[in-house]
Amino acid sequence: MRLEPIARPTIWRSTLPPAIAIGATVVIASLLAMAAGGNPFSVLGLIIKGAFGSKFALLETLNRATPLIFTGLAVAVAFRARLWNIGAEAQLYAGALMTVVLGTGLLPWSGFALLPVLVIAAMLAGALVLLVPALLKVRFGVDEVVTTLLFNFIFLLFVSMLLEGPLKDPMGMGWPKSERLIAEARLPRIVDGLRLHWGFGLALIAAGVIWVIERRTTLGYEMRAVGLNREAAGFAGIPVNRVLVKTALLSGGLAALAGFSEVAGLKGNLTLDLSPGFGYTGIIVAMLALLNPLAVVAAALFVAGIFVGADSMSRAVGVPSYLADIMLATALLLMVVAILLTRFRVVRE
Amino acid sequence: MTDNGTARVVLRLDGITKRFGKLVANDAISLSLHEGEVIALLGENGAGKTTLMNILFGQYTADEGTVEVFGRTLPPGNPRAALDAGVGMVHQHFTLADNMTVLENVTLGTQSLLALSQRRAGAREKLARLSADFGLQVHLDAKVGSLTVGERQRVEILKALYRDARILILDEPTAVLTPQETEDLFATLRKAVRLGLSVVFISHKLHEVMAISDRVLILRHGKLVAERPIAEVDKEKLAALMVGAEVSAPRVEPGTPGAVLMQLDDVTTPDRGNAPGLKSMSLALRAGQITGLAGVSGNGQGALADLIGGLVSPETGRMELDGAQPTGWSPRVAVQSGIARIPEDRHRTGTIAAFDLTENAILETYAQPPYSRSGWMNWARAESFTRQIIDTYDVRCPGPGTRIGLLSGGNMQKLILGRVLEAAPRIILANQPVRGLDIGAVNYVHGQLLAARDRGAAVLLISEDLDEIMALSDVIHVISEGRLSPGFPRGRMTPAELGVWMAGQGFEPHEAEQEDSAHAP
Repeated sequence: MRLEPIARPTIWRSTLPPAIAIGATVVIASLLAMAAGGNPFSVLGLIIKGAFGSKFALLETLNRATPLIFTGLAVAVAFRARLWNIGAEAQLYAGALMTVVLGTGLLPWSGFALLPVLVIAAMLAGALVLLVPALLKVRFGVDEVVTTLLFNFIFLLFVSMLLEGPLKDPMGMGWPKSERLIAEARLPRIVDGLRLHWGFGLALIAAGVIWVIERRTTLGYEMRAVGLNREAAGFAGIPVNRVLVKTALLSGGLAALAGFSEVAGLKGNLTLDLSPGFGYTGIIVAMLALLNPLAVVAAALFVAGIFVGADSMSRAVGVPSYLADIMLATALLLMVVAILLTRFRVVRE
Repeated sequence: MTDNGTARVVLRLDGITKRFGKLVANDAISLSLHEGEVIALLGENGAGKTTLMNILFGQYTADEGTVEVFGRTLPPGNPRAALDAGVGMVHQHFTLADNMTVLENVTLGTQSLLALSQRRAGAREKLARLSADFGLQVHLDAKVGSLTVGERQRVEILKALYRDARILILDEPTAVLTPQETEDLFATLRKAVRLGLSVVFISHKLHEVMAISDRVLILRHGKLVAERPIAEVDKEKLAALMVGAEVSAPRVEPGTPGAVLMQLDDVTTPDRGNAPGLKSMSLALRAGQITGLAGVSGNGQGALADLIGGLVSPETGRMELDGAQPTGWSPRVAVQSGIARIPEDRHRTGTIAAFDLTENAILETYAQPPYSRSGWMNWARAESFTRQIIDTYDVRCPGPGTRIGLLSGGNMQKLILGRVLEAAPRIILANQPVRGLDIGAVNYVHGQLLAARDRGAAVLLISEDLDEIMALSDVIHVISEGRLSPGFPRGRMTPAELGVWMAGQGFEPHEAEQEDSAHAP
């Protein structure tokens, strides 16, 4: 068997495989739900209802989608330039760390002066975390998949050390958590009384900005050229290494915003369970969105909806919420195959 | 051996059809090959020659039609079947292991490398006999990595003969050879034919087809359009059959050389893997003159192209543009200094396949106004520039928004030409500018290079096709092992004389020279 590229994909060729992938995901999830003793229709119905069925559910989904939009964008931007940033998790914690370092009283500013500073500082922290692997890559050819992945573990231990030491909340009853942010460092809610915070708004803005950067700016053109054909880009005079470093800074900064938004919008302090793997899930989000920044928003909502809905379903009928993980993994794997099939045809030899 | 009435048919393809989606790569092709005959398969790139051979070798399965070898139908899609039936193929790109000896390479796959020395001795004896019979001189214990390209090809042929091939298929065998090596190859083929073998010779070089084959079959757009005994055709007729129309190459008037625009003095550059870098090379590129660089592939052409293209700086020696050494030599500086670069590989380095025509058209100039101002792209300006190229250079495409990967090689090359020539360059680096193009596109590209020369540009034409070099160049240099021959004015040298230089002789004594004499049998 061999793959043959398709010069001009038909409309069916480009839409049918992804649709089948989604359908197959639902079928597989149903079978598993049955195996766990649930009625597949009610399980799927409950997932959808639990994710989007009420105002509360919808807001919960939007909240959950917020960090995923940031990490999804971070991964999408990096992958676009073929910089394999697997370290969004570490960059997320870097952003969160910077937020609590500056936001717990170190900068005792009032009014809205503090938030922009925190945003910028968090982004710088995340950018710095990815800068090191990016420099190692362009200078010495060190594989960034390895460095960024391993750095996740190192950085989490570093955060753990700080939370057990200098950043530990003295009033925290001994738990490894930071002090709470001062009021001026908190992201306000979009509508009073509802749990949705401005982090979500910031995420939407970020998606729009990244879209504009990719389409309209010189840097975006360079990033796409470097990602699509590094050799041709270099030949044409595009400074490939400089573009990769800039991409790394942007990607790391975006991932850090996920940490900032979770701390300043939702949690109010930093703990080691701030992220249940948002950095890694961002890879799924970016892949499902085909690296398109606007589609990242939709993919993040889809992924967040499955998680939130599965939690609620699990409480109602007792089918384990791990179903959500399986659904996502299945959706991702099938989607990768489906994307391949939109561009290649399988030929038997 | 044109006595087809009596000679036995050894290979018969009957109604072979192969479709790739809507593209019909082979359309009901039938042909037969007789014992002791050489047939040439002639056609442009993309005419379907390689597909046909891949079907014969079971690499593809034909949609329709059968392959018959020595009267027996081959099972479709089985690569071993053709080999076992006695068909041997010499590929364009060799399939040899560099770190093994000739003997090991030839016997690879036919016996275990740990085979008893007695069997090895048998293999050695058989090979010695074969190389004497066919005039294929190679040292059996030499590592393949140390052999010249011509020698490697001999090993490939030996490999086929060792497996008792009675039919030899050679895919573009002369592309990498000097004229002398080509003559040696033809001598071997003539011996093979006398010993009763049959040969299919795939090529697009007309004079070689005329020289070696008994019969010529012409493929065009997947169809077998003509089949002629060689006695009934000449080069012009073949060219016309190949493209389906009379072709006229541009008339070449000698250029009028002007000032030196680029000067290399004693320049050395690092080696690039297996390919040598430049070895104290001196070269002057003059305005209004085409400087042709002939040579066997992989002898430093890439290094020179990289140097002038801005990808590499001289390790030692001086490079001067208009009498001054450029600072911070890079592709961008090269472009801004007025150097037009037509890269060797238009698919991999010249264009970005997934980008549309507009995005490709500004690949070298995107960073400067009007396409980019303070970090923002002006796509409207980029698109109007692209439309201008499409009109001026006759790029056949649905529009500037088309992905360039969908274009034919010729149209891709026209876009690259437009991209670099619209900037009114003073120096043009044309590295294999017509490789893989059909004759119409070849003439167009050559016409553009000549026109640029007549406008006063200095053109450096790098090509492995000696005919192209001799037709266009006002001055010819030969490159071998990174060293440059003196410049020979137009018409001064015959192909055979250039071939001597291409083989690395005539240069001042150098370590490479001594190696040559050590290798001599």
